[in-house]
Amino acid sequence: MKAIETFQLPTAAKVNYINAEYGLKSWLLTKDHKRIALLYLGSISFFFFLGGLYAMFIRLELLTPQGDLLSSATYNKVFTQHGIIMVFFFLIPSIPATLGNFLVPMMIGAKDLAFPRINLLSWYIYLLGGFITIYALLAGGVDTGWTFYAPYSTTFSNSYVIAAGLGIFVSGFSSILTGLNFIVTIHTMRAPGMTWFRLPLFIWSHYATSLVMVLGTPVIAITILLLAFERLAHVGIFDPAAGGDPVLFQHLFWFYSHPAVYIMVLPSMGVVSELIANFSRKNIFGYKFVAFSSLAIAVFGFLVWGHHLFVASQSVYAGMIFSFLSFAVAIPSAIKVFNWTATLYKGSISYDTPMLYALGFIGLFTIGGMTGLFLASIAIDVHVSDTYFIVAHFHYIMVGGALFGYLGGLHYWWPKISGRMYPEGWGRFSALVIYVGFNLTFLPQFVAGYLGMPRRYHAYPPEFQVFNVLSSAGASILGFGLLIPAIYLVWSMRYGKHAEANPWHLPGLEWRTASPPPTENFLVTPVVTWEAYEFAPPEETRVVGFGDEGLEAADISKP
Amino acid sequence: MSEHIVSLKIYVSIFLALLVGTALTVWAGLHDFPGQLNVIIALTIAVVKATLVVLYFMHVRYSSRLIWVVFTSALFWLAILFALTLNDYWTRSWL
Amino acid sequence: MADSVAIEHEGSHPALQHHFENLEQQREAGTLGMWVFLVTEIMFFGGMFFAYTLYRTKYPAAFASASNHLSLTLGAVNTAVLIFSSFTMALAVYSAQTGKRRNQVVCLALTILLGLTFLGIKAVEYHDKYVDHLIPGRLLPSRPFDASDVHLLPGAAPQNVEMFYWIYFAMTGMHAVHMIIGVGLLSVILFFAWRGRYGPEYHNPVEISGLYWHFVDIIWIFLFPLLYLLGRHLEH
Ligand SMILES: [Cu+2]
Repeated sequence: MKAIETFQLPTAAKVNYINAEYGLKSWLLTKDHKRIALLYLGSISFFFFLGGLYAMFIRLELLTPQGDLLSSATYNKVFTQHGIIMVFFFLIPSIPATLGNFLVPMMIGAKDLAFPRINLLSWYIYLLGGFITIYALLAGGVDTGWTFYAPYSTTFSNSYVIAAGLGIFVSGFSSILTGLNFIVTIHTMRAPGMTWFRLPLFIWSHYATSLVMVLGTPVIAITILLLAFERLAHVGIFDPAAGGDPVLFQHLFWFYSHPAVYIMVLPSMGVVSELIANFSRKNIFGYKFVAFSSLAIAVFGFLVWGHHLFVASQSVYAGMIFSFLSFAVAIPSAIKVFNWTATLYKGSISYDTPMLYALGFIGLFTIGGMTGLFLASIAIDVHVSDTYFIVAHFHYIMVGGALFGYLGGLHYWWPKISGRMYPEGWGRFSALVIYVGFNLTFLPQFVAGYLGMPRRYHAYPPEFQVFNVLSSAGASILGFGLLIPAIYLVWSMRYGKHAEANPWHLPGLEWRTASPPPTENFLVTPVVTWEAYEFAPPEETRVVGFGDEGLEAADISKP
Repeated sequence: MSEHIVSLKIYVSIFLALLVGTALTVWAGLHDFPGQLNVIIALTIAVVKATLVVLYFMHVRYSSRLIWVVFTSALFWLAILFALTLNDYWTRSWL
Repeated sequence: MADSVAIEHEGSHPALQHHFENLEQQREAGTLGMWVFLVTEIMFFGGMFFAYTLYRTKYPAAFASASNHLSLTLGAVNTAVLIFSSFTMALAVYSAQTGKRRNQVVCLALTILLGLTFLGIKAVEYHDKYVDHLIPGRLLPSRPFDASDVHLLPGAAPQNVEMFYWIYFAMTGMHAVHMIIGVGLLSVILFFAWRGRYGPEYHNPVEISGLYWHFVDIIWIFLFPLLYLLGRHLEH
């Protein structure tokens, strides 16, 4: 019998971070990373819903070849706002600000992040950015596309470019502060015995993500600032008519925005590493390779942005170099995919909901990544630039990758976060519905794009209708599938089965405290004596409480 | 506390060195050197001055290796931004 | 292990925050945090430095002419002022480390004063540009940009002189914003230093505010030759 030692006192466990204090003020002024994670969870869910509404309008419009539902001007605003909200207000904060905020301190055995007040500040900054953006939408919207390409955005667009840009500028600081907090926390706050190579891979991937946040986000901040300056003052920063250079905007924009894809996907990879190892009950295959490949992605991710400029008058030589480097960045991603697959081999796999998402992630991310290699080849990219092929490609990465990891992680840690179990049957069902709906939405777009259907038009030649009807049908299934967890997760907060401290019988530190955890996570500073993913077969695992008491006595789930 | 206290003597000499550097850079800026030498001299002096501030005023010389890594990584990423973008602009006329 | 519970923070320094084990850990976190923040600042200014590099290589004559119109004297004096303020800042940290409260307060006050002097001189310079119609673009609709006061070197187009001036205003303006934030920060530090909060045991806030101040100084060390000195040798 192998014992999993826990780090909490039985006596105090009835008080957890949720019931420690009551009232709105105790939430709005909290410095507890777990509560801030929940604040973020609520706000990003709102923006996800809003972004989803815009997606619905896009798919409705594209049901028929004629531009009959929305005028072209409105359609421009709808896809722009879908992009801005989903990218900057959902995908970028999604995993780091919620699961990362909740788990980074807990997984390394710390009481909180290094700077709790800055953590709370980051949420308020995020909200402020969100409000400014919502103002831009209500005032009249933006129509530049989420990429804000100059000189359209600086000179010609008659929409609320500055307000929308300001919203993104402001919210960027929230992600800088989150990244800064994670880096410092991981460096200085690890519990005794928690060496770098005992860290869960979720931590490694969040460390890499934080690097990207800290190094990339300032560049988009200054880019947007210059864009706003040019729009206000009409000076020649990016506008060629005044001596500026519009390609400079694209360089600076993609210096951040390509790595931003890794802000979305790296945390997801961290979640998937946890899920694959834990639901196969096997140590991850090649721990160090998976860990270092995260760092490699963070570094290489900064060397490839020029693949967005293949058709933007970039020099041929720069194109060749960027093409080559873009192929190179596939290597660390491939290492991860191979290592996950190898971990599954001969594992004792259980197909719980989180694992379904993880397996879905591997497949979809592989498709997204492989089509990315098509786009890294200049010749093919010239052919499919600005078509639905691109749209399908990055949705496979951002939805099939980032969103699947987020949902998988949310289910996996839901017992820890809420103290309740989600309904497993509904969970599996909705995971399948989402998987089917997602593929039906975006697979046809690859074909339509390859055949030449351009993106960002509200009307299209009738021969593309079949693909668009399939896609719109898929989108409605996807939307329906996403509603199911939205309902049952909220439902489970009140009516779900009470969760044990360690419902999956796993060795990670976050499972060695109560569900939900007490305010400072552990009642004693944990001393780590085990490696990450050190498993014994489940029937041989016994959870023991801190001291002489069993965990039963400590379990707040028993009223 | 494992903190190193820099002596007053060092602070004063760095301060004087920075003032001398400023005077030098003004002098060099008014003097016409051949080719691109003016820019090179100006930037060299600026880099030396910045290095002195970083090493002594900001105590990096006495700090942990981690601080070194953090600081140099910023320079490295800045170099990426410059190198890969100029790699476009400077090779446009090649074809 | 159980004995270490709950008594951890008893008798510890009042400045120790609850989630840190000890002051040393708190100091490490604070310093590293400020350095990581400075990394973001380097990247932030880096974008503008790149725009400067690009356009200066594209329009060398216009940039040189525009730069020659700036006041070298005021720029050089301001450089000295800022270096002096960095020196007093370093001394403020030194006084905190060695527990000399009065010196610490004096040095911090001097640093703030020098920072304000810098900003004052900067304001004079901005006003000179306003008088000479050199505010770029349509920022002031009643006073459009006009390069006729600038002595144009051969090959310099007035439109590109205007580009120099937006870069000048963007970079020095951003720098001034950082100075203002720094002065605010140091005023808070000065208040607590005056109250005697910082001594040999605990002075991390002084130290990391100093890091920020020195960083802003470094930005200026680069801005000065790049903006003020790029075409003087071409005159006459
Ligand atoms: Cu990319």
